[in-house]
Amino acid sequence: MSLDYFLTVSVFTMINMILALSLNVLIGYAGQVSLGHAAFFGIGAYASAVLTVKFGMNYWLALLLSVLISGLVGLLLGLPALRVKEDFLVLATIGINFVVVSIFNYVKFFGGPYGILGLPRPSLFNHAFSTREYAIYVLVWTVLVILFVRYLSKTFVKLGFDSLREDEDAAESIGVSSPRYKMYAFTIAGLLAGLAGNLWAHYMTVVFPDNFVFPVSIGILTMVVVGGVGTLFGPLVGAVIVTALPEILRFARDYRMLIYGLIIVFTMFFMPKGIVGSIKERIYGAALSEERIEKIRRVAGG
Amino acid sequence: MLQNIVNALVLGSSYVMIAVGLTLVYGILKILHIAHAGIYAFGALFAVYLYELGFPFILAILLSLVVSSFLGVFVYRGFYKHVLNRGRIVPLVMSVGLFAAMEDLYRLVWGPYKRPFDVYLNLPDIMTPSLYLSSRGVLMLIVTVIVVFVLYLLLMKTKLGKSLRACSNDLHLAGAFGVNTDRTIAYGFLIGSCLAALGGILVGLYDNTVYPTMGSVPSYKAFVVVVLGGFGSIRGAVIASYILALVETFVVYKLGYLLPRDAIAFLTMIVLLMFKPEGLFGKVQR
Repeated sequence: MSLDYFLTVSVFTMINMILALSLNVLIGYAGQVSLGHAAFFGIGAYASAVLTVKFGMNYWLALLLSVLISGLVGLLLGLPALRVKEDFLVLATIGINFVVVSIFNYVKFFGGPYGILGLPRPSLFNHAFSTREYAIYVLVWTVLVILFVRYLSKTFVKLGFDSLREDEDAAESIGVSSPRYKMYAFTIAGLLAGLAGNLWAHYMTVVFPDNFVFPVSIGILTMVVVGGVGTLFGPLVGAVIVTALPEILRFARDYRMLIYGLIIVFTMFFMPKGIVGSIKERIYGAALSEERIEKIRRVAGG
Repeated sequence: MLQNIVNALVLGSSYVMIAVGLTLVYGILKILHIAHAGIYAFGALFAVYLYELGFPFILAILLSLVVSSFLGVFVYRGFYKHVLNRGRIVPLVMSVGLFAAMEDLYRLVWGPYKRPFDVYLNLPDIMTPSLYLSSRGVLMLIVTVIVVFVLYLLLMKTKLGKSLRACSNDLHLAGAFGVNTDRTIAYGFLIGSCLAALGGILVGLYDNTVYPTMGSVPSYKAFVVVVLGGFGSIRGAVIASYILALVETFVVYKLGYLLPRDAIAFLTMIVLLMFKPEGLFGKVQR
């Protein structure tokens, strides 16, 4: 196994880790199921592609702007989520994914089906990153994102997310502003997915609409669900499994979606809390969460 | 103008088939059954497969409908039934996984390419100077009218229909009043899946192509209809199918180069959800 091959798989794994963490903030923490996460990923990638290739912008400025843009779009897409919930939201996000990809595909400015080519590799002091340096660069971001999500899960924001997830109406009745926390969740998820998009685009140096279609969203969902919804390490484990599995099962490349699908189905069947979630449950027992739900019910008076 | 309306009617009819079955399932279990479109594709692919094996046309379709119906019941009995009490996300995610696996399985079994539904229908095309409607379109319209009528009779006049409506209203209460809910849900899946497969076959006939991923767009587009129709209202789903088809057809006609029609359908849904979260014909829940 050559070093470059190993590095490439590592870069993809780390980018997927960021994506999975980002989706987990939405699903696991705030309880907002999104089936269109690839749209945020694509917006980060395309924003950076447009800024660097079409406007000749410096990579670092483009990084900042593309992450901000996808965070902003996350906020905007969060707006429908303020009005709709649960199943309606799932459908709205699928729709958003579809519409975003259609725009990439049909608007000439974004290069249509041929995408945008020739994205620059980031450079520091006039030295463009080699593949190895790029892998280290992505590693730095991954660690930062992990630390950020860990920090997030200890702040008051997480408490707001918790109450939103357990029972939105009850949360409202005890004075938790659910629209505000929904907006937080969508903005944070948008920022992180945009970062992943930027890192991915400048590693590949090309972007195509096909890279951000609905099946990609399913892939991200698989990582979160298989690893363990709502845990910090679950999405990381999930990203490793989903990225590495096709590499290990090279001979089974044709069966990729079949294997993904079956993994999702059987994880839901036997381990609805995912790998990490189930292990945690084994160790700590299920009583903890039951107790917490009961507490929230008591507080809400329901 | 007239041509556009007729096109929209045919398109709308193709939505009716899949959306009505989905409404039936959603109305009772309140789960997003994405794999419904997997059964839609299966119905069409299996019918073509049987026809190519040499079965007579009608027999191939009937066999495919029967197998698809039981596939739907299997999806409920084998999968959803066991995860219903584990929160809403579990069956949803399972359904997404099932659909992904189904599509890939069809591709592996029947190959990735489009194949024609090569059958000669002994029906005349309608051709006037201002209107063209193929015999396959006529067939789709007629079958849809019959199906909607039969479904109406079934739901309103039979005991099963009564149980289905009761379960759709309140599953637990219906159970407490002596309705065999498990069996009623299974019947819901049976009927819904049969309709989905019929829809797949008719669309396969109309477009003269079937392919493994033909369920992809309907898988979520049918939900657009279910949402527009107000989640669980059969009448709403039928009306919404035709409204959506009309909107799509006319928007594409006016500014067709801008976005594909499916994106227009989703935009319609998102905008509507913003202003009327309970759907066009929905009652406010809770």
